[in-house]
Formats: sequence, C-alpha cells, structure tokens
Amino acid sequence: MSTFVYMTRCDGCGHCVDICPSDIMHIDENIRRAKNIEPNFCWECYSCVKACPNHAIDVRGYADFAPMGHSVRVRREEEKGKISWRIKFRNGTEKNFVSPITTKPWGKHIPKLAEADTPNQGEMQSQILYNEPHGLNTDKDLPTINKDTFKKGVYY
Amino acid sequence: MFTSNPFYILTESIAPIFMQIFVILMIALIVVGTVMDMIHKKNVKYFFENAKKAKKNATKVLSTGDRIKVLSKTIVSDIATTSELGAGKRRAAHVMGMYGTILFWVSTVVMVFMYTNPSSNTPNIWPILWHAGALLTVIGGCWFWFFLRVDVYSEAQPWYRIIKADLFVLALIATSLFGLIWSYLQNMDLGSRWDDKVFLVFYIVANLILFGGVYWSKFAHMFYKPGAAIQKNLAEADGSRDNLPPEADGPEQFGLGIKREEPKHY
Repeated sequence: MSTFVYMTRCDGCGHCVDICPSDIMHIDENIRRAKNIEPNFCWECYSCVKACPNHAIDVRGYADFAPMGHSVRVRREEEKGKISWRIKFRNGTEKNFVSPITTKPWGKHIPKLAEADTPNQGEMQSQILYNEPHGLNTDKDLPTINKDTFKKGVYY
Repeated sequence: MFTSNPFYILTESIAPIFMQIFVILMIALIVVGTVMDMIHKKNVKYFFENAKKAKKNATKVLSTGDRIKVLSKTIVSDIATTSELGAGKRRAAHVMGMYGTILFWVSTVVMVFMYTNPSSNTPNIWPILWHAGALLTVIGGCWFWFFLRVDVYSEAQPWYRIIKADLFVLALIATSLFGLIWSYLQNMDLGSRWDDKVFLVFYIVANLILFGGVYWSKFAHMFYKPGAAIQKNLAEADGSRDNLPPEADGPEQFGLGIKREEPKHY
C-alpha cells in the first residue's frame, strides 16, 4: 500500500520530504504541494503518514489487487505522546488502535549497555528483556496466559 | 508619496475610464482562469463528492448553531491567521503577503473607481493603505521566495531555478514592487522624462501576468484553501473526520513523545 497526498490538506511544509527514507516524497513543481513521485518504490514505512502535521497523507492499495474503498489513517498527538490509527476495511469493519510514541530525541537516551551489570544465567533464560518490566511502564511482572486456554483452539 | 493617489496623478495622461476598464478586465481574468482551473482539475467536483461522503460517515448531525460556530472558528483561525502553517517564519511571511495583497487590491479598486475624477479629493487613508499593502506584499513575498532558494539550492538545483509554482508569488512581488517604484517616480515629478512611464508599463505587464496566469499559477488557492479548511473543520465536528481516528484518550503512562523536527524545507 503506497502513500498519496490529499492536496486540499497539504500545505507543502516538507515534513514528509525530509523523513521519507526512499526519497520519493517531493514538492510538486506546479502547485508546491507534496506528492509521491514513485508509488511503486514506496517502502510502506508510514513515516510520512505519521509525520504529516495536517493529516494530509493516506495510503491505498494498488488498483490491481485492492480496489479503493478502504482507509488507513493516523493521528499523531505529540503533546499527548500518543499515536492513533483507524483502519477501515472495504466491508465497513473498523479497527482503532492507540499507541505511545516511543521515538526519542536523536542521540539521547541511549542505553549504556556496556556499563550495566552482566546478566546471570537466570536472567539470560528469562523471558524478560533488558530494562523490562520497567521499560514497559509497569512495575509488575509481565502478564501470563494460562496454557490451558490454548487447548480450546481458535474458531471463526 | 504615501499620501498621494497614484491613479489620480495618472489621469493627466490616461482617462479614468480606461483604468476602470483595466480593473474590470483583471477581475474577469480571475473569474475565467479560476473557472478553467475548476473544469480542468475537477477539484470542485471532488470537493462536493468528498463532502457527500463525509455526510454519510457523520456520527453527529450538526445544528445551524454548530455550523456557525465551526465557520467562525475557521474564519478566525484557519483563514485569517493561516494557522495550518504552524508558528514560524512561513506563517509570518504568508500573513504579511496575504494582508498586504488584500490592502493593495482593495485600495486600488477604491481609488480607481472613486477617486480618479478631476473633482474628487482622495482621503489620505487610501493611498497610505495602497503603499503599505504593496510594501507588505513585497516584504512577505520576498521573505517567502528567498528562503525557498535555500531549499532549491540544497536539492542540488541552481538557486535561481524558477518553476511554475513560482509564477504566482513572483508576479505578485513584481506587481507590488513596480507599483511602488512607479508611484515614487511619478511623485518626483520628472517632467518629460520617461522613467515613471517605463515602470507604469512594467506594472501593467506584471498585472497581466498575475491575473492572466490564474489558470497556470497557484492564484486560485486563495479560493480553494478556505473552502477546504471549512470542510476539514466540519468533518471534525460531525464525527466523520475524513476517516481519521478520534483524538486519543489512552492511559497517561504513555508519556510524552518527542516533538517532530522542523523540516528543512521552507
């Protein structure tokens, strides 16, 4: 699913141009608005979708296998530290997700792993990763699932 | 210079009726250019189809009061202060250029139609607004365009590269600048010298390019952008939100993310 720009919302600020790792978001020469110059080179990383302050960038599938009608849109609220996604399927099904923005300022908050204590064997075999559970913003242990529930199977 | 009506002085060599016909011709060029643009780009058709789609997805029926509230907020925030450009030099340059242009054009129409008769006496305010408007347009427009040169250069293009998107801003700067120079030279009363007449010709040509180039330039954005802003805010208010998710109310432990880096593109 490659990106495209709603011209009515875009103001040509260039956030998407700067962030695109594939360098395919450009400023149009006629109307000075952003555009995806090569949709088939889009990495589908959604960086531009998330970076756009005017919510002007959307994604759509290629016309040959996914006729239009669906929608994947994102609202990034930096002041709240949250990013919300709304995915609308062609049959009208909707899914909404809210996640934290975990991006850190460039060059800061780099974990100093060399200075940390060497993990012992028990820690090496634990499911808990470095900095967990603290890094998950919880002081409790990780949630566990009763394995008996798996035996019930999955039915549609 | 700032308190003298340049069009009144011009009546010594050109009859007011020709100036008035020229202004009407320019307005006609705007209308024709915009209509051609609408037919070619089909943007109005898209706009109304989008509005229909938004209405279908609406979760809330807006009352007339709600609509007026949204409309007033849009006029004050999105249109009058171009809030979508965020804080910074881009917005400042745009606001200067926008208000400068409005003052320049309104005072031109007023002075050409009301104060070019031999018996008329132009109140000082109109020439002052005309000159101030032209000055603001030149400063705002140049600020915008010359900062843009940095981006052009950083993208490995020569800084002087001019593209179609520059047509509007450059024609606008040229109109205001040549208008100012013409007014200044005319006030110097150079007698039979041709200096002011040359700049009058430049001023007329710049106007013809600005208003005659509506179809090819970004001129019509001043009509489309307010419409798009109104539709965007109405969609937020009626819950359709152009398919965007609602504002998050997730747990507070999510904490603050970082502020996005300012783009290097102007």
